[in-house]
Amino acid sequence: MKALLLCMLVFPGIVFAASGYRLDRSPHDPRDVASLQAGARTYVNYCLGCHGLQYMRYQGLTELGISEAQVKEYLLFTADKIGEPIRTTGFEPKTAKEWFGVPPPDLSVIARSRGADWLYTYLRTFYRDPKTATGWNNAVFPSVAMPHALWTLQGERGWDPKEHRLTEISQGRLSPVEYDRTVRDLVNFLVYVGEPAAERRKAIGIVALFVLLGVLFPLTYWLKKEYWKDVK
Amino acid sequence: MASRLQALWGWFDARMPSVAEQWKIHAAEYYAPKNFNFWYFFGSLALLVLVIQIVSGIFLTMSYKPDAILAFGSVEYIMRDVPGGWLIRYVHSTGASAFFIVVYLHMFRAMLYGSYREPRELVWIFGVLIYLTLMGEAFFGYLLPWGQMSYWGAQVIVNLFGTIPLIGPDLALWIRGDYVVSDATLNRFFALHVIALPLVLLGLVVAHILALHDVGSNNPDGVEIKKLKGPDGRPLDGIPFHPYYTVKDLVGAVVFLAIFCVVMFFMPEMGGYFLEHNNFIPADPLKTPEHIAPVWYFTPYYSILRAVPPLFNSQFPGVLAMGVAVVIFFFLPWIDRSPVKSIRYRGPLYKSWLAAFVIVFVILGYLGIEPTTVWGQFPVSDDSFLGRYIVDTKDVATWVARVCTIVYFLFFFLMPWYTARDKVRPVPERVTA
Repeated sequence: MKALLLCMLVFPGIVFAASGYRLDRSPHDPRDVASLQAGARTYVNYCLGCHGLQYMRYQGLTELGISEAQVKEYLLFTADKIGEPIRTTGFEPKTAKEWFGVPPPDLSVIARSRGADWLYTYLRTFYRDPKTATGWNNAVFPSVAMPHALWTLQGERGWDPKEHRLTEISQGRLSPVEYDRTVRDLVNFLVYVGEPAAERRKAIGIVALFVLLGVLFPLTYWLKKEYWKDVK
Repeated sequence: MASRLQALWGWFDARMPSVAEQWKIHAAEYYAPKNFNFWYFFGSLALLVLVIQIVSGIFLTMSYKPDAILAFGSVEYIMRDVPGGWLIRYVHSTGASAFFIVVYLHMFRAMLYGSYREPRELVWIFGVLIYLTLMGEAFFGYLLPWGQMSYWGAQVIVNLFGTIPLIGPDLALWIRGDYVVSDATLNRFFALHVIALPLVLLGLVVAHILALHDVGSNNPDGVEIKKLKGPDGRPLDGIPFHPYYTVKDLVGAVVFLAIFCVVMFFMPEMGGYFLEHNNFIPADPLKTPEHIAPVWYFTPYYSILRAVPPLFNSQFPGVLAMGVAVVIFFFLPWIDRSPVKSIRYRGPLYKSWLAAFVIVFVILGYLGIEPTTVWGQFPVSDDSFLGRYIVDTKDVATWVARVCTIVYFLFFFLMPWYTARDKVRPVPERVTA
């Protein structure tokens, strides 16, 4: 604990999860369309089985540079029409609750409540723990109800309580670098889903500021100067 | 064309001359002191934010659903599927915080220059009433997104009323309309937020401005410009509000909107202060969040509430202190006994007390956002005499909040004394540049 406090003093920019585990900075880039597409693919293949994105419509995926035909062919598994919300494929919420104790939450705005750094670290810090019901635990989210859904990709990790870090038990299908990239893409996608208008918002903001500071401010300032000339 | 318009105006004016008359009274022939400075922008800015909130609010109600099952989703529907909905929503959420920033600065201006002093006591009273109404408006509005913070924040604040002796529990039940915050609560808060309190607010704003225009504006020198009038009957130091201050306030509005846009377009959550992270989790009556904090504009009072220790297992003393901390502003015109109004001519005593007040207000505000453990604990052993009988908590932040709370109240309670015996400087006849 003391070391942790010292760390916080020395590196004030570093953020820690509630569990005390240091959060890595998420390297996602909302303008990287290829990464967003890859994230969408990973999400549909690995997450959508339990976690819906009910506030997002399949239509929204076309804004990631995927055509309507492609969405219908590769991503549209849980609905008939492209205008429908992205619901989970497999589990009824009730069944899921029986399995895991809690219904898997909808993840439409998870990036807004948890933050990208938390998600990026969380998805990379699952480890084997025989004491839990699922056999999995997590360094950022202790006693998490969810098992490691991406374990075939990452392989298995163990926990070294003395060193307070993860150890490798087995290799997955992806190398550690490839796995980090997959998680980055997934987090990128979740950040996008959290606020699809975010990039448009910033673009409009620049125009608005230009109009206010570049046009209206000089105009009103000049008007004020002109009127106030005769006030002594 | 021009003559046609003139003819039309003449027709109108002959039938309703009061429009031109009111324009004269409140704009073209309302004489305001010519020495208004930076602090005098915030009144017109508060009016601007009020308009922004009403207009954006009207558009939000078109798509929002006041229903415990649908509310959270309808906000996300606005953010995603309603064209321009995200913009309207951010205008409204940023506007809520902007309203309090502007109002706090506007109130501070009054404290700097003694604008609440005779003959402007009524202006001040209407102003404090506006502030109280605004707090209610913000509180009711914050429940509507139906996120975890909305829900538990409302739960905590309604429970405060439950601590009032005798009538408390029934009062809390009456406010909620249920035993817990529920769909019934959401519906009534919606009604209060979109129609009842906005009506009250508008009425009070009209009263505030009418009362001001009857007595005339104060100024950074605190001198009465109406005392010295020219041969034409106009105050020597006064200039017509229109066009002088309309064009000046226009500049202020543009700068304000630029800052507003920086927040709204580039950091609408403002790091979790304007839109709290936990409020992106739908309300869950069965899951209490670890740390419940009100939105930043309530936190100084929330700190005072937490700082006061319970008495006979009742939190009522804290609730009472919190209430008094707000209501005490009403009494400023009468507890300020200084012979001068403006800080420019006041002595070191008032200046130090005002500075201390601002500092403790900010510290209390900060501490109200954080858990009480934020600054760690004093190393007092539980077995020691001190630990067993004297201190009820070892949290450093709680003790700091207690000291700040005492300073907060002393600023008001000692005001009759220190303002009367302060060394003041002579006030000039006319306003200075």
